Amino acid sequence: MIVLLWILALIPAGAAVAAADETALAAALEHLAGAGLRERAEAVETLAALDHPRVAVILQAYLDGRLYVERDGGEVLILAEAGAPHAAERALDGAPRGRVDADAVKRIGSNNALRKRLRILLALRALDAAEAAERRRAAETLIGELDAAEAEVLRPRLESEPDRAARAALAAAVALVDLDAPESERRLAAIDTLRGRLEPQVRGALARLAENDADPAVAAAATRALRGIQTRLDAYAFVEKLLFGLSLGSILVLAAIGLAITFGVMGVINMAHGELIMLGAYTTYAVQRLFPQWIEWSLLIAVPAAFLFSGAVGVLIERGVIRHLYGRPLETLLATFGISLILQQSVRSFVSAQNVAVVTPSWLSGAWQINPVLALTYNRLWIFAFALVVFFALLALLRYTALGIEVRAVAQNRAMARALGVRSDRVDALTFGLGAGIAGVAGVALSQLTNVGPNLGQDYIIDSFMVVVFGGVGNLWGTLVGGLSLGVFNKFMEPVTGAVLAKILVLVFIILFIQKRPQGVFPQRGRAAEG
Amino acid sequence: MRPPVLLDRPARWLLGALAAGALLVVLGNALVPQGHALHVSTYTVTLLGKYLCYALLALALDLVWGYCGILSLGHAAFFALGGYAMGMYLMRQIGTRGVYGHPVLPDFMVFLGWEELPWYWHGFDQFWFAAAMVVLVPGALALVFGWFAFRSRVTGVYLSIITQALTFALMLAFFRNEMGFGGNNGLTDFKDILGFDLQADATRLGLFLASAAALASAYLLARRIVTSKFGQVLVAIRDSEARVRFAGYEVEHFKLWIFVFSAMLAGVAGALYVPQVGIINPSEFSPLNSIELVIWVAVGGRATLWGAVAGALLVNYAKTVFTGLLPEAWLFLLGALFVLVTLFLPKGLAGVFLHRKGRPT
Repeated sequence: MIVLLWILALIPAGAAVAAADETALAAALEHLAGAGLRERAEAVETLAALDHPRVAVILQAYLDGRLYVERDGGEVLILAEAGAPHAAERALDGAPRGRVDADAVKRIGSNNALRKRLRILLALRALDAAEAAERRRAAETLIGELDAAEAEVLRPRLESEPDRAARAALAAAVALVDLDAPESERRLAAIDTLRGRLEPQVRGALARLAENDADPAVAAAATRALRGIQTRLDAYAFVEKLLFGLSLGSILVLAAIGLAITFGVMGVINMAHGELIMLGAYTTYAVQRLFPQWIEWSLLIAVPAAFLFSGAVGVLIERGVIRHLYGRPLETLLATFGISLILQQSVRSFVSAQNVAVVTPSWLSGAWQINPVLALTYNRLWIFAFALVVFFALLALLRYTALGIEVRAVAQNRAMARALGVRSDRVDALTFGLGAGIAGVAGVALSQLTNVGPNLGQDYIIDSFMVVVFGGVGNLWGTLVGGLSLGVFNKFMEPVTGAVLAKILVLVFIILFIQKRPQGVFPQRGRAAEG
Repeated sequence: MRPPVLLDRPARWLLGALAAGALLVVLGNALVPQGHALHVSTYTVTLLGKYLCYALLALALDLVWGYCGILSLGHAAFFALGGYAMGMYLMRQIGTRGVYGHPVLPDFMVFLGWEELPWYWHGFDQFWFAAAMVVLVPGALALVFGWFAFRSRVTGVYLSIITQALTFALMLAFFRNEMGFGGNNGLTDFKDILGFDLQADATRLGLFLASAAALASAYLLARRIVTSKFGQVLVAIRDSEARVRFAGYEVEHFKLWIFVFSAMLAGVAGALYVPQVGIINPSEFSPLNSIELVIWVAVGGRATLWGAVAGALLVNYAKTVFTGLLPEAWLFLLGALFVLVTLFLPKGLAGVFLHRKGRPT
């Protein structure tokens, strides 16, 4: 209906021109439906040359593999999704055609070269888009893909393009063509324009020039430009390592922070901590299985659910086992290790011994492409933010709430706290439950990063202990700093030594570090330090 | 307080039981014909030999944990190192009988395209050298690690956790092919030891007897240590480290020497274990192994030595039975064992036994 109105509105504007274009479009489509790839390539060029609103839609559909031809009738159709049957529309004018059968249509095939050409043609058209971001993306796509004629067509746009980033990208695309210009001045000017661009095509072209250009001045300029680009690349590589390290660190912090409560504040060695993380990850899985219609929001449901579930298991562990073992840390270690074995085997026996599939919601997938050499995946960004939120929420809880004050009071001096009316056993249970609940929340986050299986917890338990011990027991800030710095340390070692050796070195480093400073980076001060 | 005797009643019982058991096994295997109800199959002999190696390992842990209060969660690392030293000797004995038939290089090195033997593999073709390494390598690691740890007074759970990190790091390292210890697959396909075919019944019996003899002599040595003045100081350190220090003892030296001795015993256990099971791979370093070992000692009862031996034999027998009958149930049972023993049997079975007898514990 809307399409019809739109066409009606178009007719008075220039009926004669529209009619001529319409014929040309129909002819080009017919050509496109023809047999050979070469003919299709020609038809694509013809199509792209037409000034008709359907062209972009048709080319995009062709690029996505949604362009089909009817077996009888020969009409070209665009399907809503690749693979029949799906709702279809007529390619010529967008008239809806309802669902089509799989064997009634045939896909119009393409090859890599053709798809590349389609991308360029679409990008050339997108240079006229209203949105600056879209124009910039189009211009970036064109870098290294233009030929001399196309560059000349685009050159006037360098003046008219209002967006700065889009203009710079466009200039780079044109300058890359100019690198082959016969005059040295134009080559030098092009090199000047390309200074600081990070695209691999630019680097390749400049390297070629630095090697073989006839004019030594041009070659020298290219070498200088390359060196400048290399400096920027190194800087970005450093930033990337730093960001990846912080991301890994935030995961470590998330995994360790619950331990910082139980180990740090209560002095309880909880070897089942990793399994409480695992339970949180399985809670995510359960939520997604129970509410398949809310996959997008499943994590928001899973966070409180995992907190409550792991927290409840934690309270049970504390009431059932740990409270009988206060003051005997080595025994607590053994008992909680036994619990970890039971939890692991429960999952193996009652859920599955295999890994389960946890879905990633769409807002967590994809990556933020900052520039051609630096990209951050959204899940890592979210988890970093999430780790900070959990950390500060916990800090606030311990500092400002009544429960937090009681927890700290019992940690500092149990007898005195009891004398002042704090129910220490209730506080113990709640503290342990809190630490366990946070482990569960960490599990929700980890389910988005690693395989969810019965062994999930074991992979994190030693790392978590290392973070807590390194940061200093009984100090949440120590856990944050410890986790982040271990993550960064790990990521900076990795390219030098390989991932496994980096991990070993981190462990050796911590072992040596504990020898030097047994109390961690942020030692506890005062009387509690002796306990 | 009466001075402790070397061969008290449990010691006589243990050594007697060991000797009698070994004798019965030898008779049952070599003299009773196959098919007879009293025949002990070679499979059983090897299984028992394996248990004895575990018992020796448990004994080693009991020395440091039971008597000196050092809960090592990485003792399996010393066991595995001893095992690797023996495995290297056995690898070199294969000679040209490997799949690739290389006269010097083990199969996995040929497979990785190595040209010559890494320097640390030299000498392992000699049994005496390998035997020395079986005790020296774990001992040296314990010496260095312990020297750092005890000197800076890392105690209690901290020490437990860093020993666990130690074995974890070693496991990761041995998984690497570049280390030159066969990576993931470890060392296997052994042919013979000191010229005897490893598959032969007589060799199996010999290895079983060697394990029994090693356990008996280690037990006597350990008894000798814990009944000496040195042993008394160890117990004092366990009960109150600060007091012993103030009384003028060099606490660190006592801890270091018992730690090193214990690591050497663990190495011997590993070296006897490897030819019997026929393989050594990095999973022996896994933290789970070390911690399972702790439960053997806890079940049997700490600071009795015979309790550790009994615990290792019992738990491993139960493991064999349960993993055969109900593979799923074993981890439940092991987990429950950890919880129940720590909650209700802090002194292990030995505690129950001594309590029954009305002795002070």
